Formats: sequence, structure tokens, C-alpha cells
Amino acid sequence: MAVKIINEKCIGCSICEKNCPFGAIKIENKLAVVLDNCTGCGVCVKDCPKNAIENNATSMSNVDITLYHGVWVFAEQRQGKLMPVAIELLGEGKRLADEIGTEVCAILCGDNVDGLVDELFEYGADKVYYANMPELSTYTADGYTDAIYRAILKYKPEIVLLGATHIGRDLGPSLAVKCGTGLTADCTKLDVDPEDKKLMQTRPAFGGNLMATIVCPGHRPQMSTVRPGVMAKAERTSGKKGQLIDLKAELKLKFKAGDIRQKVLDIVKSTAEIVNLTDAEIIVSGGNGLGNAEGFKLIKQLADKLGGTVGASRAAVDAGWIDHSHQVGQTGTTVKPKIYFACGISGAIQHLAGMQSSDYIIAINKNENAPIFEVTDYGIVGDLYKVIPAIIEALDAQAA
Amino acid sequence: MKIVVCAKQVPDTNEVKIDPVKGTLIRDGVPSILNPDDANALEAALKIKDDYAGTDVTVVSMGPPQATIMLKECIAMGADNAVLLSSRAFGGADTCATSTTIAAGIKKVGDVDIIFAGRQAIDGDTAQVGPQVAQRLGLPFVTYVQNVRELNEKERKVVVERQLEDGFEVIEVGLPCVLTAVKELNTPRYMQVGRILYACDEADIKVWNEQDLTLDPADCGLNASPTKVMRSFTPPPKGKGEMLTGTVTEMANSVVGKLHEKHLI
Repeated sequence: MAVKIINEKCIGCSICEKNCPFGAIKIENKLAVVLDNCTGCGVCVKDCPKNAIENNATSMSNVDITLYHGVWVFAEQRQGKLMPVAIELLGEGKRLADEIGTEVCAILCGDNVDGLVDELFEYGADKVYYANMPELSTYTADGYTDAIYRAILKYKPEIVLLGATHIGRDLGPSLAVKCGTGLTADCTKLDVDPEDKKLMQTRPAFGGNLMATIVCPGHRPQMSTVRPGVMAKAERTSGKKGQLIDLKAELKLKFKAGDIRQKVLDIVKSTAEIVNLTDAEIIVSGGNGLGNAEGFKLIKQLADKLGGTVGASRAAVDAGWIDHSHQVGQTGTTVKPKIYFACGISGAIQHLAGMQSSDYIIAINKNENAPIFEVTDYGIVGDLYKVIPAIIEALDAQAA
Repeated sequence: MKIVVCAKQVPDTNEVKIDPVKGTLIRDGVPSILNPDDANALEAALKIKDDYAGTDVTVVSMGPPQATIMLKECIAMGADNAVLLSSRAFGGADTCATSTTIAAGIKKVGDVDIIFAGRQAIDGDTAQVGPQVAQRLGLPFVTYVQNVRELNEKERKVVVERQLEDGFEVIEVGLPCVLTAVKELNTPRYMQVGRILYACDEADIKVWNEQDLTLDPADCGLNASPTKVMRSFTPPPKGKGEMLTGTVTEMANSVVGKLHEKHLI
């Protein structure tokens, strides 16, 4: 095993023996001895007052992959509310678990967010692994990595899915290196290989110009971050229950001063109105063709008329006409509304990557050769400053 | 202060085209650039150098020999040193293996106070290598840094803003640490004429291979990559729909009528 006791330094105090989550250390003849069931988790290393324990475990490669079972979903919560992507992942995780013939579980970190446990069961989790501690109330890379890493070591899931949010994309890489496994970022499609039940992870690269399907054959868990808004949300069945695992007790989780090195001093919400593009059923987006920031007033008029949300292309955001939170596309938000209006958007591949799975796409553009028309259901070649008011008028006539 | 900036040479993905017959990427003639987020990382380091005399900024990159040109650009912007980690053994690396090599390179640079990296590179968009390098070096990290509020050299800490989807967090972290930059962090400076001449004629770009880093080839490149690309393909186009015709009013009525027929509005 990779955990080593330095006998010259060990005083046989037995702190490591008491704290080992796996009961893998025993004191014999006033010296700590590492047993065969050591997982190399390294808890003892930081607990030892004499620095008498070393851990050289850097990799879990050549693991016995048959020991790993279950699909885990990181139940990301902020201020006690589940992020929508967690519910999408439960839906997708359930589908994968059914194909493999295993269970779908949620892993939840927080401080007294017990209400979310029931919510996770109702959204289909067979089990919820719950790390309930004040130190985990807000996300920190160190705190969440430590708790989840140790849960992975003990319970050995075969797949771990995280939302590709600013938090999931921080936690995922850190966890993957700790576990010595691979991570596929920003997946838009997940499948199970029917023959060997491997996870096939598909993601865009080169700014959406190319798709790649990636596997992680020899390492476990297979880890992916998944783009928010891409997978279908899980159905909620009220009253559904499952098994709750209290990680704090099971793993003897505790944090000492200095264990969590990122200190969150403040969380500031953007003063701008929160833009929820992911859940929008109708989006009206404006691009370079608007010509100026004023143009978004017209876009907003149409969006308001339809009960929709205002979106934007990167060009419009980079020009400073509208806040980044409205941006649709590869570097913005991926959306799939029922109706997507692209007004004055030429259709760069990065933009198309973020909206082409919308149910109906309507494009208004002066240039009949604009690439946006390659993905539209209804195309209108014309001046958007004339076409949009005409559409608003037609909508009024319809309502009357 | 001693600062390392992690940088990558990438193809300008805005210029990447698809071969319409083979359906593959056409990379010939596509210009290579310093990855945009990495330019912000370098700028953040150079700003600290402006404020703290005696600060040394070293750019570390992993890539093929031609990436030296990008490192020369970094020196022309104001970096003091540049190191290219380059070897056949590093080829085919996924993010996991890449982070091992880069972490070894940073270790060899030694005694670093801050490591800046771009949040992600535009060819892969993974955002993984920064935090993974930190994890391998045993250092704390903060990703998506949009502002460095305070650097306290005496107390060995920084206070930064970490971008969230709907706002930001204010995070304090001790030195040494790894910070990854987003484009909102700053505006990268231009290269200086004098520095360009220096970068081209005199600057010594070190090239280190696995022996220099005392890495086992089994821990580098494809060999050490848990993830494998099974296949790659160009995304299928959705396909062109109906182009409406007539006057503006007719087209507007037509589109509203069609959406109404489908009970969408």
C-alpha cells in the first residue's frame, strides 16, 4: 500500500487508528501498522501529530474495474437550492443506470439541507450520500473534493456525473486527479456501450467544429461534466423514498483549521436581472445585425410579447450592447427552447452549437447566405427593423 | 515574487473550416495563437510585476517545438523567461497526463509564489489543466478569477473574485496558489517593439523533455492518459427549412400563422 508509517517518528499515539475511516491501521508494539484494506485515502497523513505517515498514492490505475458499481450524480446546491442541472443529471443518470443494470445515486454536500434529500429521492435517486456539515454549506474546492473523494474511495461508483457549471468545472478536475482517473468535460451526449457497458462520452471540441466520443477504459470512476440544459429533467414522483447514507458518520468526516484553504468571504449576486435562458420556452436573440445597443429594445419588445427571454450572440455581447448573461452559444449558455428567434445573427458555429437543438428556429437576416439559415425551420430575408415590428403587429392581430 | 504562467499555443478556432467532402477539420493554413484566456493570465502576472519590483515571470508551455514562437510573443509582452516542455513522449496526452508534465515543469522552475493559467484553451474548452496542476502540486486553487482584489505579500495571501453564472464569490487564499483567469480579468497588453527584438534575437527559450523533468515516460503522454478518443466526427447539420417569401407583412403573418397552427403560441 502506498501509505507508509515512518517508524522512527511514530510514537504509537493511536490517533490514526481511531480516525481511519476503513479501520486499516492497527497499533502493534507501540507502532502504527497499515493493514491490507488500506485504500490510500490519506486521512491519517494529515491527522498525524508527528508527521510520521507518508502517502505516495497518486494513481488508482490498474484498478479492478469490476469492483465499481452505480451511477453517481453530484447534487449541486447553492444557498440550499438544487441547481436545475442536478435534476437533469438524475434523469440522464437513471437512464444510464437502467442500461447498465445498476442504481442511480445522488451525492449531496451542504449544511442542513435535509429538504433536498427528499427532493432527490423524488427525482429518482435510489440512494443519497449526504455530507451534512457547516464547513460544506458553501462550495469550496478543498472541502467538497475531500468529502466526495473519500466517498468515492469507499463506495466505488462506476460513473460520476457533474454539471458543467462554474462549480462542477472546478470540482471535477480536482476530484479526477485525486482519484487518478480521467474526466471528460462538457459532455452533450452520454451512452452506454451495449457490449461492455462502458460509458461513451460525447463532447464538442474546436469551438463546436468537431465532436469527439471519449471513453475511460481502464480507470474508475468514469467521470464527466455535462452541459446544463442539454439533458431532459427527471420526472418527480412525490413521496418516493430511498436509502440515505450519512457520510459524516460513515467516513468520520471532519475539517480542521487550514484543511479548507479557500476562504469564501462573500457571495455577490449580479445586480442585473437574472437571465434564465436554460429554462426559457421562447428565446428572442439579437446579434451583430442590430447595429447598436438600442436594437435590444426591439428584441425585448418581441420577447415580452411572446412571454420569452432575451438572448444574444457573442458579437453583440463583445460589442458591449448587452450583458454576458444573455449570451447563447459555446461560451455562453446552451439552450433548447420551443421557439428560438435569431435576429441579425449570422450563425457562427459557436452560436449554432448552443441553440440548434431548439424545437423551432426562426431566423431574420439581411444576408440570404448567412449560415444561420442552414439550421432554421423558417427563414426570413429582410431588415429586422421592419420584420420584427411586422411580427409584433401580426401577433397583436392574432390575439385580437 | 516568482510567478509562473501556464500558456498554450492553439489553432485560432474562428478560422477552422470543415472539409465539405471528408467532413474533417482543415488545419492547414489556420493561424496558431496564444490561447486567449492565457493572455489574460500573463497580463495578470505582468501587472504584479509592474507593482512589485524584482518579480520574475516565467511562462511554461507544453507543446511541439513550433510553440517557441508563441513563447517569444509572451517574452515580447514582458515575461522574463519561457520554458517549453516538449518531447515525443508527451504526445497524445489528455488533461490528466498533461497536468503531470506541467506540474513537473513548474516544480523544476521552483519556489513559485503564484501560478496563473487561463481558465480554458479554445481548442479543447476543458478548463481542467489549471486545477489539475494545482492538485498535483498540492496547492490550493481558484478558477474563473475575474478580479485580483488584493495581493498581500507579507501575509502571503491573495483575495480574488471568482466568477459565477449569476454573480461572483470573494475568495481569500494563501500563497503559493494556482489562479485561472477569465477574459473579464484584464485587457492583455501589446508586445513592445524593444521586447520583440529581444525575444527574437537574444531570449533563451529553454526546452525540457522528460529526462530534464525526471519523469518516467510511462507517466507522460498517451501512456498515462485514462481517457481515450474513440472517434471524432463533425456534428450533423440540422438541415435547412423553409424560406418564407412575399412582402414583410406577408412573411410576418406567415410565421405567426405557422407557430399558431402548431399551438406553439
